[in-house]
Amino acid sequence: MNQETLLVGLAGVLAAAAPIIFAVVGETLSERAGVINLSMNGTILLTAMSGFAVAYTTDSIFLGFLAGMLIGALVALVVAFASITLKQSQVAIGFVLALTCRDLAYFLGNPFMGVSGPRLQAMPISGLNDIPVLGPLFFRQEMSTYISYLAIFLAWLWIYRTRPGLMLQGIGEKPAAAYIRGANVNLMRYVYTVIGGALIGLAGPTYSLGVRAGWMGTISGLDGIGWIALSITIFGGWNPARAAFGAYLFAFLQWLGLVLQPVLTQVPSQVLQVAPFPLMILTLLLVNIGNTEWVDRTLAAMPESARKFTAKVLRAMRASPPAALGVPFERD
Amino acid sequence: MNVELKNIHKHFGKTYANKGIDLTVQSGTIQGILGENGAGKSTLMKILSGFIQADPGGEIILDGKSVVINSPADAIHVGVGMLHQDPLDFPPMRVLDNFLLGRSGGLFPNRTSVRQDFLNLARQFDFSLDPDNYVDALTVGERQQLEIIRLLWMGARVLILDEPTTGISASQKQKLFATLKKLAEQGMTIIFVSHKLEDVEFLCNQVAVLRAGELVGMTKPPFETSTLVELMFGKVVTLGDRQPAKTGDTVLSLQNVSLEDVRLKIKNVNLDLRAGEVIGLAGLEGSGQGMFIRACAGLVRPVGGKVFLKGRDLTGKAYHAFKHQGVNFLPASRLEEGLVPGLSLTDHFILAEEPTGVFIDRVAGQRLAEDRIKSFNIRGTPTSTVESLSGGNQQRAELALLQSPLSLVLLEHPTRGLDIESVIYIWSKLKDRCKQDGAAIIFISSDLEEVLQYSDRLLVFFSGKVSEPIDAATISVEQLGQLIGGKGWTQKGDANA
Repeated sequence: MNQETLLVGLAGVLAAAAPIIFAVVGETLSERAGVINLSMNGTILLTAMSGFAVAYTTDSIFLGFLAGMLIGALVALVVAFASITLKQSQVAIGFVLALTCRDLAYFLGNPFMGVSGPRLQAMPISGLNDIPVLGPLFFRQEMSTYISYLAIFLAWLWIYRTRPGLMLQGIGEKPAAAYIRGANVNLMRYVYTVIGGALIGLAGPTYSLGVRAGWMGTISGLDGIGWIALSITIFGGWNPARAAFGAYLFAFLQWLGLVLQPVLTQVPSQVLQVAPFPLMILTLLLVNIGNTEWVDRTLAAMPESARKFTAKVLRAMRASPPAALGVPFERD
Repeated sequence: MNVELKNIHKHFGKTYANKGIDLTVQSGTIQGILGENGAGKSTLMKILSGFIQADPGGEIILDGKSVVINSPADAIHVGVGMLHQDPLDFPPMRVLDNFLLGRSGGLFPNRTSVRQDFLNLARQFDFSLDPDNYVDALTVGERQQLEIIRLLWMGARVLILDEPTTGISASQKQKLFATLKKLAEQGMTIIFVSHKLEDVEFLCNQVAVLRAGELVGMTKPPFETSTLVELMFGKVVTLGDRQPAKTGDTVLSLQNVSLEDVRLKIKNVNLDLRAGEVIGLAGLEGSGQGMFIRACAGLVRPVGGKVFLKGRDLTGKAYHAFKHQGVNFLPASRLEEGLVPGLSLTDHFILAEEPTGVFIDRVAGQRLAEDRIKSFNIRGTPTSTVESLSGGNQQRAELALLQSPLSLVLLEHPTRGLDIESVIYIWSKLKDRCKQDGAAIIFISSDLEEVLQYSDRLLVFFSGKVSEPIDAATISVEQLGQLIGGKGWTQKGDANA
């Protein structure tokens, strides 16, 4: 494989990861506030269909994306209302919504099956796209990919560097403590869930108007992406940068499966198609190994200097869920 | 800041938690608030700190101005800050982030200047807190220190402390008291809520006693302990004398037991525990006593040595094997590890019984529950869920759940947060049970008086070092305090007592 094809392939990986990144960043914001939006898989399908349908009907890609965001926000609003105001189980409501939205997408999407509609075009950024290696890799992408870079950076900046972001961490961790520090916990949970939902709603149109343009109903191959994104959020330790790493890893492994297929002819193609999933889990388990008890025990047996260093590294990698994830807040 | 509470009422349903309370605290005063569990101390403080609102008709006046406090954020805005018994902070986050969180300002906080403010305040009170450490690596005392300087930084002029001496070490307590005195000298108003008479007597310039929601007395030093106790309970309560237990056969025998986890190594502990004996474990929190008691319960596997229970080798066996031999463990966190929130008292008693058949005999369960509730003096009904009970009653319920026959009871902070009447009750029940079954007791407590009062022998823990068993009658509170702080240990790691 020469350098050019390799670069094109890797640039494709970045593009293919974009929708997953929208989904994990959106979910991360929502879960950081303490609300699990389990409807993600359905939301992605429904927004993929509706984004395409709106763009096809109005001939405006922008309106397609906007429709996706609105629908994503709306579904999230249902989750927020049921869990925050009605104090119902987030898991139950999210799961039902995941199924409902999926079936709704297949049902309502029938008229748009297989029609060819508008799609995003690559938008090389002049000046940057001529940089060797980096140019073709990062800067000859579609608009949605650029926005995905931005989403990672902004979400990370927000959570870890700004005052409201710090409060967001607090709300998900111990709402009572955030409350005495002046947070309106339930309002903030609404806000972050809805914003997170809007981001998840970008994932659908990014597929149907870009990465996998068009709407193909059940054979769109999008069913399941939402569940993967959900687990990437968890393994990503509720950190947008780490979650983005997970998304890129997943897209990379999928691409690798395709590339290796002609080379490893003796391996059944199904194995290569499925391999990204277990590989993904293995990698992420390794990253999160610091959470386990036997590691603690092994550490205890190590000499002092090595122990300190390893413990530090593991501590930095370690991620624990927001302690109040899924728990309704009531001031007592 | 002068604080005046006028005619504060608060009712929940039909019961009054506060009934017409009037209280005036002058600037620069350390005001003690005494009362048994459920006397209405917490309610009053929650009203002042904005967590809940008083019934209409009452008034809060600060420096002569009437204020309305609708939330904790309002409270800190007018200068009232509260230090909660369980620190309301964010354990997985860094100290500096905890400090900064909640302070208003621009979108991007200037961490360099915040760090400077933090270090200045910490230095002022001689707190050694690392701003980059994680809060979950701090002791309860250090978390309190962090919260105190945070509230000061937020502009608190009135500081309310709710049972602040529970769960902190003797030296941290000294430092806390010194800090509070210094703050009072600077004109701050300190409100110190406690049920620990010695702390209140030592620290406060003025003490208000609450009983059943009413302010029943206001005294100034010198304080008479007996008067305070009588005010608190409306009757005279005495501790009773120490009674050395008559001891019987060996129940638990540890031979060269070694334990380790990430932070601590405990080496070669030898202990023979006899029936009827009570052993107290003293030490700063996290000095190894938690691991030790869990090893006795079979929850932690020793890395070396042997554990015998009534002559049977149980080394490395699981918790159930220990339980089968009559070992019961009552952990410190009652609602997390000890009881099942959501289940009623009846459910708990049924679960603890030997199962007979697949279906539950509700009628028998109900009878059992009524029986136990009566004999253990639990304030609750068979259908009360455990989380609706007060701390003291939860602990009584746990005692009522002890299995029979019993050979060894392991308790972690058995009386933490309980008032003196409950403490006395719990201990007399415990001792009765042990006498009846010929069982021994091992308990952890950070209250040195309790350790000396109730144990026959004690083990002192200091960062993984374990003393030889010390006869509790031969050691004073001061000596014990020093050992806990790491002083008075001989070279080979034994306590020199």
